[in-house]
Amino acid sequence: MSTTRKNNRFFGTPLPGCDTSKLQGKLIVLEGADGSGRSTQIEMLNAWLENLGFATASVGLKRSTLVAEELEAAQQGNILSHTTRGLFYATDFADQLENQIIPALRAGFVVIADRYIYTLMARDIVRGANREWVKSLYSIALVPDAVFYLRVSPQQLIERNFKKNPTLNYWESGMDIGGSRDMFDSFMKYQRLIQAEFRTMQTEYGFEVINGNRSTRAIAGELRAKVQAVIDMPKP
Amino acid sequence: MTKNSPYPGKLIAVEGLDGSGKSTQIYLLKRWMEMQGLKVFFTEWNSSALVKEATRKGKKRQLLTPTTFSLVHCTDFADRFERQISPLLRAGYIVLADRYQYTAFARDSVRGCDPRWLRSLYSFAAIPDITFFFDTPLAVSLERILSGRPQLKYFEAGMDLNLADNAEDSFRIFQGKIYDEYKKMVPTEHFVVMNGMLPVEKQQAMVRKYVEQKIDLPAFRWRGKR
Repeated sequence: MSTTRKNNRFFGTPLPGCDTSKLQGKLIVLEGADGSGRSTQIEMLNAWLENLGFATASVGLKRSTLVAEELEAAQQGNILSHTTRGLFYATDFADQLENQIIPALRAGFVVIADRYIYTLMARDIVRGANREWVKSLYSIALVPDAVFYLRVSPQQLIERNFKKNPTLNYWESGMDIGGSRDMFDSFMKYQRLIQAEFRTMQTEYGFEVINGNRSTRAIAGELRAKVQAVIDMPKP
Repeated sequence: MTKNSPYPGKLIAVEGLDGSGKSTQIYLLKRWMEMQGLKVFFTEWNSSALVKEATRKGKKRQLLTPTTFSLVHCTDFADRFERQISPLLRAGYIVLADRYQYTAFARDSVRGCDPRWLRSLYSFAAIPDITFFFDTPLAVSLERILSGRPQLKYFEAGMDLNLADNAEDSFRIFQGKIYDEYKKMVPTEHFVVMNGMLPVEKQQAMVRKYVEQKIDLPAFRWRGKR
């Protein structure tokens, strides 16, 4: 990309020791629950961008070199308290931000983030973390160029989850919160809480809500049009 | 979010540079309390088994930036806080902490982390009832550590800050900066300053006297037969 990124800013104070003067790429974020069609849309978006000649990089949660393995192991044992778990995820995020996202942006890539700080913040907040604490924690993040939130009704989510897996995911069902020992009830309650949190964040951060209850093609079309508005398209 | 003593237990922390003698002092305080039959628990910085692997890997492979260094240590602290310190304080124990959040405030701000961000990060932690700061002149604590010809580790020596070419010089500069940060916190964080140059037993007598005056120790005795 030829032009320098207009949006070289952090939510809070800049990361220490991090040069952000030449971040030429774009950071596009897709948010949404498991089963919202996020992964499919990211794959399609990725292919579309590469077809247009853009270099892309993908990041997501729990993929850092630093703590991903340890986080996974700790999750399996279910031994983390809420603050510890939240901080573990924040560490994972910060590691990817500094070692993957920022270098890729510097190299002019379009970085597609499969979830970003919003999911992390929503998860912490519905588990009782102080909102201001969470906001300060993630103030180290770079403000994305665009954030799309795929909203799918909990009913649809549960159907799609069962289509992929025979059982619901423990964490995506919010079983650790203890809202209900019944996994179905817990899933519905938890996803409603998360969605309510996303509504609150939407007014604050102004991301785009995309109706994820529609067909894959319809959603992909809307996403392309919106991404097109953010990136500098090559001249034909 | 800071919780100041909403629980029956008491929290005592020691802070100071490496080589300030703080670990010796808190050990002696712990022994004294144990021998009086008090409910006491000791915890030290950077010791959660859960986070150890990540910290070890990050340090060994020099993967850590100021931000991730800070977050890894805070995760470690949170794990100890949520699983040990907080439940024990609620159960009415005296918890002794060898280093507490002030270690992070000093080290991480030297590394360039925003002091306000750091304070918010640790705001889930209980504020100690007493924080002893063992004040030893920089030259003395450096001498104590360096005379043993230690193999200084990369992050321990602050090599990530590019302060000097070799570990020993880097360690000297790094410790000096940390010392300055500690000094700044003395009035704001209400440290009880102990003269680290006094004989060990003299310091310990002062520590015990101070603790005795501040905390009703007999209230923390084990009740009934053990």
